[in-house]
Amino acid sequence: MKFTTMLKMASATAVVAAMTSGAYADSHVHPETGEKLAADQTFTYRLLDGIPTLDPQLNEDVSGSDIIRDLFEGLLNQDAEGNLIPGVAESWEASEGNTVYTFNLRDDAKWSNGDPVTAGDFVYAWRRAADPATASPYAWYMDLMSIENGSEVVAGEKDPSELGVEAVDDKTLRVKLTSALPYFASMVTHATTFPTHQATIEEHGDSWTRPENMVSNGAYKLTEWVLNERTVRERNEMYWNNEDTILDKVVTLVINDENVALTRYRAGELDKTEVPAGQYPALEEEMPDEAHSFPRLCNYYYTFNLSDKGPEAFKDVRVRKALAYAVDRKVITDQVLQGGQFEAYTFTPAATAGFEVPDVDFAGMTQAERDAKAKELLAEAGYGSDNPLQFDMLYNTSEGHKKIAVAMSQMWKQKLGVEATLANMEWKTFLETRGNQDFELARGAWCGDYNEASTFLDLVTTPSGYNDGKYSNAEVDELMVAAKTSDNPQDNYTRVEQILAEEMPVIPVYHYAGVIMLKDNLKGWPFENVEQNWYSRDLYKVAE
Amino acid sequence: MFSFIVRRVGYAIPTLLILIIASFLLMYAAPGGPFTTERALPPEVLKNIEARYGLNDPLPVQIWNYIWNIVTNFDFGPSFKYRDRSVNDIISQGFPVTLTYGIWSFIFAVVVGLTLGIVAAIRHNTAMDYTAVGISISAQVLPNFVMAPILVLIFTLGLFRLTDGQYYLPGGGWNGGQIEYVIMPVIALSTSYMANIARLARSSMLEVLNSNFIRTAKAKGLSERKVILKHALKPALMPVISYLGPAFVGMATGSVVVDMYFSTGGMGQYFVNSAFNRDYSVMMGITILIGVLTITFNMIVDIVYAWLDPRIRLS
Repeated sequence: MKFTTMLKMASATAVVAAMTSGAYADSHVHPETGEKLAADQTFTYRLLDGIPTLDPQLNEDVSGSDIIRDLFEGLLNQDAEGNLIPGVAESWEASEGNTVYTFNLRDDAKWSNGDPVTAGDFVYAWRRAADPATASPYAWYMDLMSIENGSEVVAGEKDPSELGVEAVDDKTLRVKLTSALPYFASMVTHATTFPTHQATIEEHGDSWTRPENMVSNGAYKLTEWVLNERTVRERNEMYWNNEDTILDKVVTLVINDENVALTRYRAGELDKTEVPAGQYPALEEEMPDEAHSFPRLCNYYYTFNLSDKGPEAFKDVRVRKALAYAVDRKVITDQVLQGGQFEAYTFTPAATAGFEVPDVDFAGMTQAERDAKAKELLAEAGYGSDNPLQFDMLYNTSEGHKKIAVAMSQMWKQKLGVEATLANMEWKTFLETRGNQDFELARGAWCGDYNEASTFLDLVTTPSGYNDGKYSNAEVDELMVAAKTSDNPQDNYTRVEQILAEEMPVIPVYHYAGVIMLKDNLKGWPFENVEQNWYSRDLYKVAE
Repeated sequence: MFSFIVRRVGYAIPTLLILIIASFLLMYAAPGGPFTTERALPPEVLKNIEARYGLNDPLPVQIWNYIWNIVTNFDFGPSFKYRDRSVNDIISQGFPVTLTYGIWSFIFAVVVGLTLGIVAAIRHNTAMDYTAVGISISAQVLPNFVMAPILVLIFTLGLFRLTDGQYYLPGGGWNGGQIEYVIMPVIALSTSYMANIARLARSSMLEVLNSNFIRTAKAKGLSERKVILKHALKPALMPVISYLGPAFVGMATGSVVVDMYFSTGGMGQYFVNSAFNRDYSVMMGITILIGVLTITFNMIVDIVYAWLDPRIRLS
């Protein structure tokens, strides 16, 4: 080969390389902020546990969703504040009294193998999620979205082809709802609704999610997956907006122990990890630019067993209220948890979009007033030093839960003379015991599936699969059904929260905060997004 | 010798069968199941999932199918937790990782342990003896869950800070088995075995060195080197060898603590997690693997023993 030919070839290769690698990593400056970018755009973060699956329709895991949001793109995405922005759908409109949604898909959306992303891919994925043959643990989400025939398909009463979703043409997806769900659009940012590539799944079966088989349509593609050890995803050249992606590579490392993870973060092996319980104040002082606390869409509570199997004492609302009032939530958030968590007097976290925290009477009192009221109520119910209230308090084995249970039981003992016996169980045993109503008072917690109050308040309705305390109030059920079609559901939510404060079927304890360590050269983290739906393509590393 | 081996293999099969059936029953006796979730699954969904995994068959049928699939297809079934992997996938990924750590740990433990033990015995009650005993006792009192964090503090964080981030050992992971990922887990995994081997070797060597035939050998005027290598070593190794079988299985199937601490992706992690997750098939697969290895290595030890000591063969 002549020297000049070689030179030509070399320059051609260089041009191709420049075209395929990110445009901004080469110019070394962020297009909007003008910050100088680091040469190495690799983001490495810690996972508590191995990812069980990367199949969008089978996933039920928060950290699995984080990866799936990078690998696949749904109809809509969220911005840094959690607002809806176009994803594969460029635009969408609701018609016929908000019961029909039409999504117009962008022309340039492609799968990683070059196939165009079509409305049919969404139809396939949604039917697949609901299809009993798929046996998805998140099949109920299709029902929750109020899609026509959703519950019948999940129950196996109708064929998946009867699900109310159709491809009008390759670029138009139409969804029919059974009721005018006001927050329907926000539900399609959830991984269960992401498109999947039919030909790939049919060819490879269960192993289609392996890096060598997977065809995906997100900003990244899976390049390595060692179960329980690491995953690697790298930019997807076929992604329609690849030009704006800055991070080249995202690595997850499984590290079971949070303290080991912190050590490895300090040694520069990780860009992000969780703050171990109780260490936030010290870490914030040591590394103020790297320790972050922000509200999360999760609650933490104790539920009374109100079923026939539950103790007689808890059937008395005065007892339930006395116990709820006597919990000093400030002590729990500021002295036990110490990570910027929020005291909870309502079931729904204040951070929930469009949710105004209603006035519930015990939130407005001082703790001294609450304690006095608690004593009064418990005495009225007939409990005192001669006849102390006794019950078991159940939580799943964990140091963090134990600390809170100890604090609560001590508060009750000191203020009310109540004798709560602590019991802990390993996770699955705990779930089974709580699910069979073999408890008296048990811990519960829930993180929102979507950013709207009903994701929490549905849990206290009679038919909810998560209502292990078997609380049942016809008015609450009616209000929640009506909220699904109301233009202004806030009134319903306010009323439900007030009923909960009057009847106290659960003791709200606190609302979560996300507490993380994040290297200060990694920018673009959406702290304002309470669902913490983050997308790696919005992140970037600046030069030190 | 041949009939001895046949007899040992003959015992192994019923042992394994009992192990399988007992673990199966124990596993199902634990409350909760693989699909017990926070939000109770709708009954229709649960029914579909259970049908998919054959969980709706009667228990004896499930046990029969399980054993039959292993015998005919060497198929240990699909994982209940990792939906896109089979137990065979998981073991074939995790076991080589653990085996690598195990083999290196074994070599390290045997070489260092034997050297320490024998040197200590030969130089009984000298500074060398005290040093060797000191090392092995400190190695033994430092359990791996203390050893591992100390190693990480020194070789990951300490080195990172000392060399300004230039050199350090990664604090965990496997990453294809590169040497820097192997060193710390191997040290953490092998030290207590190493200490046991040193202790066993020292005490049995001392015993042998005080016995009559050694005195005779010395009286014949043989060199110390010859007395030890030719006469003392073989009988002194007997107790050590009986310990090596279980020790190898322990190291090769992965110390749970080391696998968890260093997040190696090895078998130890699955062993614990599959119990928590009620991932029945993975739990069974690993139990059987460890069972087979334990039985095999105990058998090998017995055979080696019989070869070394004719008295055992004859009885």
